[in-house]
Amino acid sequence: MTATPPRPRDIVIVGASLAGVRAAETLRAEGFTGRLTLVGNERLTPYDRPPLSKGFLTAEHDPPATRLPVSDELRARWLLGRTAVALDLRDRAVTFSDGARLRYDGLVIATGATARPSAGPPAPSSGVFTLRGHDDATRLRGALARGRSLLVVGAGFLGGEIAAAGRARGLDVTLVETGAAPLERVVGPEVGAFVGMLHREAGIDLRTDTAVTEFRTTADGSLSGARLTDGTEVTADAAVLALGALPATDWLSDSGLRTEGGVHCDTRLRALALDGTPVPDVVVAGDVARAPQPLADGTPMALGHWTNAVDQAVTAARTLLRGADSPAFDEVPSFWSDLHGVRIRSVGLPAVADTVKVHEIDTSTRRLEASYHRAGRLVGALTIGRTSRLAAYHRSLAEASRAHHRAV
Amino acid sequence: MQISVDMNLCESHGQCVFAAPEVFSFDDEDYLVHDATPDDALREKVEKAAAACPVRAITVSPLPATAS
Repeated sequence: MTATPPRPRDIVIVGASLAGVRAAETLRAEGFTGRLTLVGNERLTPYDRPPLSKGFLTAEHDPPATRLPVSDELRARWLLGRTAVALDLRDRAVTFSDGARLRYDGLVIATGATARPSAGPPAPSSGVFTLRGHDDATRLRGALARGRSLLVVGAGFLGGEIAAAGRARGLDVTLVETGAAPLERVVGPEVGAFVGMLHREAGIDLRTDTAVTEFRTTADGSLSGARLTDGTEVTADAAVLALGALPATDWLSDSGLRTEGGVHCDTRLRALALDGTPVPDVVVAGDVARAPQPLADGTPMALGHWTNAVDQAVTAARTLLRGADSPAFDEVPSFWSDLHGVRIRSVGLPAVADTVKVHEIDTSTRRLEASYHRAGRLVGALTIGRTSRLAAYHRSLAEASRAHHRAV
Repeated sequence: MQISVDMNLCESHGQCVFAAPEVFSFDDEDYLVHDATPDDALREKVEKAAAACPVRAITVSPLPATAS
C-alpha cells in the first residue's frame, strides 16, 4: 500500500503564465480548498504567448495582450510583479527579490523559460531583440513598425514566425540559419526544405549554413546590419535573436534540486533532488520542467509547447493532492506554428526520430504529411494542410506512451 | 450534455479531436465537425477536450429540458 501524503493546506505556484494558471484551476477542480497563491514576475495578468510572434506583431493598431482565460472559481491570491530568487526545501519557503519569504506546504514550479542569449558576436545596445514576453513583443512590434529591414537569426519555429511577421509588414527580411535548412534538426531535411521553400516564396532572403560574425552600427550606435560567415553583408535596422529558450531555473540554483536543462522530475512531475529522489511536496510543469518522455524511452526532456504546459499542469496538480497514487504523465506532445498562411502541426517528438517517412509533399497545394520513427517505432508526425491525418497518429502515439509506462 | 463550438474562434488545432475522437473529428479540408449532443458517458473526455482547446472555442452545457 502506498502512503498518501497529508493533503496540503497552503499551495504556492511560482509562475503565473499558462502552466501556473492551469495548475491552479486543476487544484480547485480536484477539490483543493486551502490557500492558493500565484506568483508572477510580470505585472500583467496572465496572457497567451503564441500570438506574440504571430498576430500581435502584424496587427495594424497597438494590440493588447491576449488575456488568458482564468476560471472565476480560482479564489487565489495573486502576487504579480514579484520575482522569486530562492527556494528553501527544508523550511518550505520561497524567497523574493525584496527578501520577503513565503511559506508553502505544496509548491508548483512553473517559471517557464527565457530567451537563449547569443553565443555569437556582441550585439549593439539598441536594435537587437529577443522575444519571450509581452514587453519583448511590444518593443519588437515598435521596431517593425519603424523599420525597413529585419534580420532574424535562427530559423526555428519562433524565428520563422517573426520573419513571416516582418515580411507581412512589408519589411525586407533576411533569415539566417546555421543548419542546412530551417528546423532541420527537429523535422528532418525534406520537411526543413519545404519550410525553406515557404520562406523563399514569401520573399524572405533565407541564408542557410550561415551565421552572423559581426553586427554593424551607424555612427550613433544603432544597428545598421550584419556581416555573415560567407563574407556577405546584410542591411538591417532591427534584428531578432531567435536561438531557442532556456528553462528559468536560475532561482533554484542553491535549492538542492536538479536543474541542468530544466527542473528534473519523475513521471508524476515531482521535482528531483540532487540525489535523484523525488521531493514529494514540489511539482513542476511547463517549459521549465525536464520530464521523462515516454516516447523517447523515458529520456528527460524540456518541451516549450503550449499543450505541454496545459497537460503537465494537470498532472502536477493532481500529484500534489494525491501523491504517489496520482497517474503518471503520458500525454502526447503536440505543437503548431503559423507560417505564411499555412499551419504546421505536429504530434509526438519528431526531434528524437532516426528515420523520417514523407507520405505526401506537394509544394503547389502546400500540403505535407510526414511520420517520424525511432528504432522502427512511431515517435511523431507532422502535417501541413493535413490536420485531418494527425488524429490517427495521435492515437498510436498515445497507445505507445501508455505501453511505455506499463513496461517500466 | 450539449456542446457548442464557436467556429469564429476555432482554428482547427485538433486538441479536442485528440481528447475526444468519438465526438470531434476533421473533414478532408481540416474543418472541425462534431456531435452536438453526445452521450453523457463521454463527459470526462468532452471536458478534457474543452480544456485543451487553445482558443477556448468549446462550451459544454447541460441539455435544455425538453417539453413533454
